[in-house]
Amino acid sequence: MKAKNKRLMIIISLLATFFLGCILLFLNLRENLIYFYSPTEINESKTTKTEKIRVGGMVSKGSVKRELIMRDNEKLEKINFEITDFENSVQVNYIGILPDLFKEEQGVVVEGIFKNQIFLASKVLAKHDENYMPPEIKKMQLLKDNNDGS
Amino acid sequence: MNFFNLSSPNKFQKFSKRIYPWVSYGSIMFLFIGLFFSFFKSPPDYLQGESVRIMYIHVPAAWLSLQIYVVMAICSFVSLVYRHSLADIISRSCAPIGATFTFITLITGSIWGKPTWGAWWVWDARLTSELILFFIYIGHMIVSNSYEDYRKGDKNAAILTLVGIVNLPIIKWSVDWWNTLHQPASIMKLDTPSIDSEMLTPLFFMAISFFLIFLSIMLTRISTEIMVRKIEIIKSNF
Repeated sequence: MKAKNKRLMIIISLLATFFLGCILLFLNLRENLIYFYSPTEINESKTTKTEKIRVGGMVSKGSVKRELIMRDNEKLEKINFEITDFENSVQVNYIGILPDLFKEEQGVVVEGIFKNQIFLASKVLAKHDENYMPPEIKKMQLLKDNNDGS
Repeated sequence: MNFFNLSSPNKFQKFSKRIYPWVSYGSIMFLFIGLFFSFFKSPPDYLQGESVRIMYIHVPAAWLSLQIYVVMAICSFVSLVYRHSLADIISRSCAPIGATFTFITLITGSIWGKPTWGAWWVWDARLTSELILFFIYIGHMIVSNSYEDYRKGDKNAAILTLVGIVNLPIIKWSVDWWNTLHQPASIMKLDTPSIDSEMLTPLFFMAISFFLIFLSIMLTRISTEIMVRKIEIIKSNF
């Protein structure tokens, strides 16, 4: 019985120390584990603007403009749009194929660099939110929202 | 029946023999109901379309990948403190099952990610921590099998499991603590689920089925392991 209790104490104290260390490490690393920044965070910090970073937010309504350009004898689509977190926004330029779920007023994460206040994206990822519903219900919701608005 | 009697390997074996048919047939039954609902009785999503059906495998597998680890962590603690052989046996039996469900989670997530996000894999906190969980499971399997004396393997694997618990809250709350590409929880949260009830039904059946599949494989593995150890003891007496 005594040896058992001793082991219990040793293991609990070792684990407690270990987890405390992990929590400390974790709290210090927290800032570095962010996958993307919001436009507001981009506006506040000027230092990261020359490195390759990721910015995430909503695609602003009516901001998507597409045009066809020629490069190396290939027809490419150039897309201009604005990402917003409803406080600040970032202008994005992207040449390439967009994911299917890329839509106005939907979440998006872009990877690239800033050049003259414009974000040149090399990758565009659509972000899906936690809401799952059939199309009919989404339609009904939109109708309801419109009725409430008018 | 006294619950604590089950901690004796012989009694556990008798008990598991009794419940095994229920668990295994139950898992097959719920799997068919679940698959039927997933494919025929649930609507497509307003944004993702038909690829939402991947969720009915992905989410139950992801839940199990965490639940199995909790079982292993409790057993490892019991094994280190009370030196109970059944705890070691359960831990050893669970590790490959946990690794498999984690692998299913990663693969189905990747298949879903390509059409939805536009990428097979991203290094965000949720995906990375789930990958680490997979490595911990593999590590457990390697450590527990790499000693001539299996008791030594059990002990070191138990220590590894307890250390690896740190990863569990990180996986669970990574989507709330950091900006991740992975969406936050739809069901396991304090609010009402943000998932349509018609989609909740197949998910519910699939989750029960997956859990029963886990139980039936675990019970089989445990009784095999008990027999293997009995043979070892008989051999060492000669």
